Amino acid sequence: MTAAVAFLVLLAGLAGWWLSGQRLMSRPWLAAGVVEETGSLARMPAAKVGLGVFLAVVGILFSLALSAYAMRMQLADWSAPPLPTILWANTLLILLASGGLVWAGRCVQHRQKERALDGLLAAFGLGAAFLGGQLIAWDELAASGYRLADNAANSFFYMLTGLHGVHILGGLVALVAVTARLWHSADATAMRLPVELCGLYWHFLALVWLVLFAVIAGWAGDVLAVCRQLLS
Amino acid sequence: MHVALALFVIAIGSVVFHLLSPWWWTPIASNWTYIDHTITITFWITGLVFLAVVLFMAWCVWRYRHRPRQGDVLYEPENKRLEWWLTAITAIGVAAMLAPGLYVWSQFITVPPDADEVEIVAQQWQWSYRLPGPDGRLGATAIRHVSDDNPLGLDPQDPRGADDLMVQGGELHLPVGRPVKAVLRSLDVLHDFYVPEFRAKMDLIPGMVTYFWLTPTRTGTFEVLCAEMCGVGHAFMRGFVVVAEESDYRAWLEQQQPARPAAQLRVPTMTER
Amino acid sequence: MADIPLDRVAETATTEVEDLALRHPHGWVTRYVFSQDAKTIAIQYTATALAVGFVALFLSWLMRLQLGFPGTFAFIDAAAYYQIITMHGMMMIVYVLTAVLLGGFGNYLIPLMVGARDMVFPFANMLSYWFYLLAVIILLASFFAPGGPTGAGWTLYPPQAILSGTPGQESGIILMLVSLIVFIAGFTMGGLNYVVTVLQGRTRGMTLMRMPLTVWGIFTASVMALLAFPALFVACVMLLFDKLLGTSFFMPSLVELGSRLEYGGGSPILFQHLFWFFGHPEVYIVALPAFGIVSDLIATHARRNIFGYRMMVWAILAIGALSFIVWAHHMYVSGMNPWFGFFFATTTLIIAVPTAIKVYNWILTLWRGDIHLTVPMLFALGFIVTFVNGGLSGLFLGNVVVDVPLSDTMFVVAHFHMVMGIAPVLVIFGAIYHWYPKVTGRMMNDALGKLHFWVTFVGTYAIFFPMHYLGLLGVPRRYHEMGEASFFPPSAQMLNAYITIVALVVGAAQLVFLFNLLWSIRHGREAGGNPWRATSLEWQTPQTPPPHGNWGKERPTVYRWAYDYNVPGVAQDFIPQNMPPEAVALGPRLATGGVP
Repeated sequence: MTAAVAFLVLLAGLAGWWLSGQRLMSRPWLAAGVVEETGSLARMPAAKVGLGVFLAVVGILFSLALSAYAMRMQLADWSAPPLPTILWANTLLILLASGGLVWAGRCVQHRQKERALDGLLAAFGLGAAFLGGQLIAWDELAASGYRLADNAANSFFYMLTGLHGVHILGGLVALVAVTARLWHSADATAMRLPVELCGLYWHFLALVWLVLFAVIAGWAGDVLAVCRQLLS
Repeated sequence: MHVALALFVIAIGSVVFHLLSPWWWTPIASNWTYIDHTITITFWITGLVFLAVVLFMAWCVWRYRHRPRQGDVLYEPENKRLEWWLTAITAIGVAAMLAPGLYVWSQFITVPPDADEVEIVAQQWQWSYRLPGPDGRLGATAIRHVSDDNPLGLDPQDPRGADDLMVQGGELHLPVGRPVKAVLRSLDVLHDFYVPEFRAKMDLIPGMVTYFWLTPTRTGTFEVLCAEMCGVGHAFMRGFVVVAEESDYRAWLEQQQPARPAAQLRVPTMTER
Repeated sequence: MADIPLDRVAETATTEVEDLALRHPHGWVTRYVFSQDAKTIAIQYTATALAVGFVALFLSWLMRLQLGFPGTFAFIDAAAYYQIITMHGMMMIVYVLTAVLLGGFGNYLIPLMVGARDMVFPFANMLSYWFYLLAVIILLASFFAPGGPTGAGWTLYPPQAILSGTPGQESGIILMLVSLIVFIAGFTMGGLNYVVTVLQGRTRGMTLMRMPLTVWGIFTASVMALLAFPALFVACVMLLFDKLLGTSFFMPSLVELGSRLEYGGGSPILFQHLFWFFGHPEVYIVALPAFGIVSDLIATHARRNIFGYRMMVWAILAIGALSFIVWAHHMYVSGMNPWFGFFFATTTLIIAVPTAIKVYNWILTLWRGDIHLTVPMLFALGFIVTFVNGGLSGLFLGNVVVDVPLSDTMFVVAHFHMVMGIAPVLVIFGAIYHWYPKVTGRMMNDALGKLHFWVTFVGTYAIFFPMHYLGLLGVPRRYHEMGEASFFPPSAQMLNAYITIVALVVGAAQLVFLFNLLWSIRHGREAGGNPWRATSLEWQTPQTPPPHGNWGKERPTVYRWAYDYNVPGVAQDFIPQNMPPEAVALGPRLATGGVP
């Protein structure tokens, strides 16, 4: 459970940093009168804060799955499947999609609606291609005899990529909705926030993918070995 | 008025119930009296806190109940000194329970080097036991070896297992006064080997080996229960452990059959290793 | 969410939201069924959860009948008994307590208490309820599925949960896992609302340290639930894989009733870690809202400021954080690495300190107060007794070596019913009596309320206090009948029969509550806007019950904390949070009539 606890410590640090600006030491009974809100969180758009909280939930979900992975891989029967080469291409695709959204965000800010639309469509295309690539990776593995139930390492590969893929799918749906709204909107700046949020979600999922990839490929194994030694 | 009285009766009544209760732990039959002592300490500390809190509450409810001509209500948002004192006292009370608890736990998980090994194997819904033969060691096992004539899954290639003694569906006998390490294995689901008189217990997990240890301190026949839900037969998964004097124990041991009688072994005894 | 211009709400969150920005209902369906008003959603959540609660209560009757008089009721065999306890446990913990305290009270109270017009994402909030209802329907459907509901115990431990020695392994376990997954998805949508509304929806002047403790409790519990439920989610998904697709995440190689199964190499302990990573915070997810609510009930009805408000807030935060590093105290005898015992026993007992501080501060609030023994106050007092009792028995089970003889006995059952069954339920009742006049505009009947309180409080105490001693004696939990054992005296079975009879009486008393709840909607005494003369914002709404949007033309401005009761030199014995300092009438205390 090291990964999950580490992620929680990270969140606790963020929460503590925010709370430290909330005058938790003040004596609320002393000052009657209007006290203005402090801190930047109150001025942030609600949707952005909401997405931040949601990403924390997604983050803990994946850290728990990875904790399970780390615990399960210590058992005797573990035998990792070969890494499908297409995963490298997929990694490039998801990073490019992230780039497309950064581009779209910049363009919306500068009221360049058409270019922003190009960026969003490119991101959608790259994201869809990433999903397709993941399916090909599944197919490749299954075809070479590494089926879901054969070994827990295979099961984890399908489960983790599947869980990630479902989140990507959600991101694509949001991307379609935002693209459609931008298409019909007269004022591109009004769509600044939704485009930014799409980007945030996407970057986070790209980051999750990089971590998953590192773990599945075994590079994280060294780190995990250290964690194991700390625990046992 | 009656509210305060009810709270008072609950506080005192709980203590009276505790003192008069005919339901109390079974007379101990192992070395784990320390566990009983820790429980007793915990009862004292928690009992005092319970009494103090509920009686103080009862008194407050009686003394400060709403009356038409109420005295001034105290406006006191906090009292740092009082709060820190209460925190400190609580911390001391908690430490007074935790310290003996951890001390006994370190004993609980440290098996004495001279402990005899005995394997307890659970499956839905019966207990089996395996004792090392004259070589004093248990043979390896694996689920893939389990079959009708090898119900506990002994590895046929492992010579250490040839002389192991099997007790299936019978009673486990233990010699009094000698430390025993119980090595636990399950063939199917979670179980828990629970003899109330021993105080010690541990889950049996399929796919791994768990353990606990104890020294039986008095002879007698004690009932084994399963304490981890294991399906519809859970409540009926019973057995007996007989703690016997050394001589009686040896007599029992001589009647047990080794795993592979074909191996032509002499009748083993525990002391010969 | 497309219904509200997002950025508009967002950029004006802490100041004024135009009433027009809310999605007002256009007809009966959008007003009462697919409503986006947090208050309506709260009532939907509470009503559904109460219905589930009555089903679970009925199941507990069956269970007690079997335990008290084993063999008398032929239709309750071992399999049925396990199905009953499993459904009772899971329903009560997840679908009743979590749903009422967060979905019900969270929805009703958070926007009103922080001075918001509604939750920040009303559409997601509405979806949350419908997901919850779907989860309930899936769960209840398992009663009618082939093989019936699962009998794996609410902990659903593999391998037993998905094998044929356990009832409901055909479809019951699948429906249970799917229902939990749906519940968690729905809860996440609601939880985001509760958290972000507290972060962003607070009205002018409502700083964090002016929030009523109810909001603090529900807020912290929501954050915890958002972070803890994913563990259950992952565990359920993986167990579903093991059950349906033959993977071996949790399943070791095993021989089941004579035949070897395909599984191999998995770890049942892994499931337990995931389960309790959720399961322990869950205890506090239920407890923290109860802590918060009970603080406000006590302050209001004792007409005194809550004692040590800052300590109370810090304690809530400390408990919330610590509760994530104590999970393995449920696994002391599970066969995990025994060295973990030292760590988890220490963290578990440390958590007792902030919890004890909360108890001290409640009773110190009673001290030198002006205690009105109203029905909500009675329930709050009852909560303190049961919570202290259950919390103290938790010190037995948390202290690793003491847990060894007591784990998996009736002591555990008595402990957790006292601390996270009865205690939060008493708070839920108290809270319903307290806020009912705000929800309906009428008071609940006082005499019936008192009858309900006495039977429930004394009855449950009389059930669960003696039950500890059955566990001390060594009676294991999850036995459909105690059976014969040399160390069970005949009196133990008599105690079981006695507990059953009291349980039947307590269960029947809940019908009084149900009657009172429904009858008072039409026939209760008119309450007015602030019958308890309370300070917090929800009692200061221009209309009672508050309409959609809560505050009429203008959101309130907050000038003070929520506990200005009997402030020296002030004429009234309470000052509402939104009363400006210049409007406070000074002078000798006015005679205050009894609070109804």
